[in-house]
Amino acid sequence: MSTKVYAGTEVPVNEEGFFADPALWREEMAPEIAAEAGAGELGERHWQVLKFVRAEFAEKGTGPTVRVLGKTSGVSVKELYQLFPKGPAKLAARIAGIPKPRGCI
Amino acid sequence: MTDKIGKISIIVSKGSLEGIYPALIMANGARAEGIEANLFFTFFGLDAIHRARHEHIKLATVGNPGLHLATWAGGLPGVSSVMTHYLAHKMEALDIPPIPEFVEMIADTGAGLYACQASVDLFGMEKADFIEQVSGIITVGEFYDLAAGGQIIFT
Repeated sequence: MSTKVYAGTEVPVNEEGFFADPALWREEMAPEIAAEAGAGELGERHWQVLKFVRAEFAEKGTGPTVRVLGKTSGVSVKELYQLFPKGPAKLAARIAGIPKPRGCI
Repeated sequence: MTDKIGKISIIVSKGSLEGIYPALIMANGARAEGIEANLFFTFFGLDAIHRARHEHIKLATVGNPGLHLATWAGGLPGVSSVMTHYLAHKMEALDIPPIPEFVEMIADTGAGLYACQASVDLFGMEKADFIEQVSGIITVGEFYDLAAGGQIIFT
């Protein structure tokens, strides 16, 4: 496991860049993680997804699937893929500092 | 890790539930990983994108040894429907969408859906028979053009 520095804080991450400890994540780290993950600038719609992902994780202990995101985050599947072209569930989880969702759906 | 897969094209040739789901799961999973994906529906696989039929895709209960059900029992009236309902229930619990919703969702992820020209002609179908998410009815040659530079999976 390696470490990264986001917003001036050193955090342990796995080989794919996902936070080892979601409790260390802070909102001001997100733009730096997004830039590193090739997700570009974070707009208001990105934040709607990221906040939803954090809330789901806090409640259920795992990140939401794209289906759940599309149905309940207020952002459609189509828009999710426009916001996070490299895979919304995976990318949003990484930027929101939670573990990579492992589901097949 | 070696080179990542950047693009896949999946051929769906079967019209049974167990014939269609693996292709949909692989296509959706590819998009979730940021992999470009196209689906090419041919022969009975066309039912997965057929407006009137995609809600009625059934599990094959005859000639399916994996089901561990005697062939004569699988052929009794209603068995296929009952087994299909049972599976649908289990799938919903695992957040696996029903086929019509799944196909629509996959189109929304940016994957391309295409019908095979030869099969469409064979079954006397036309564009209007398919759901609106279908991008086109294409020939084998056009499919290979679309698939260029990626991996092809036949299901």
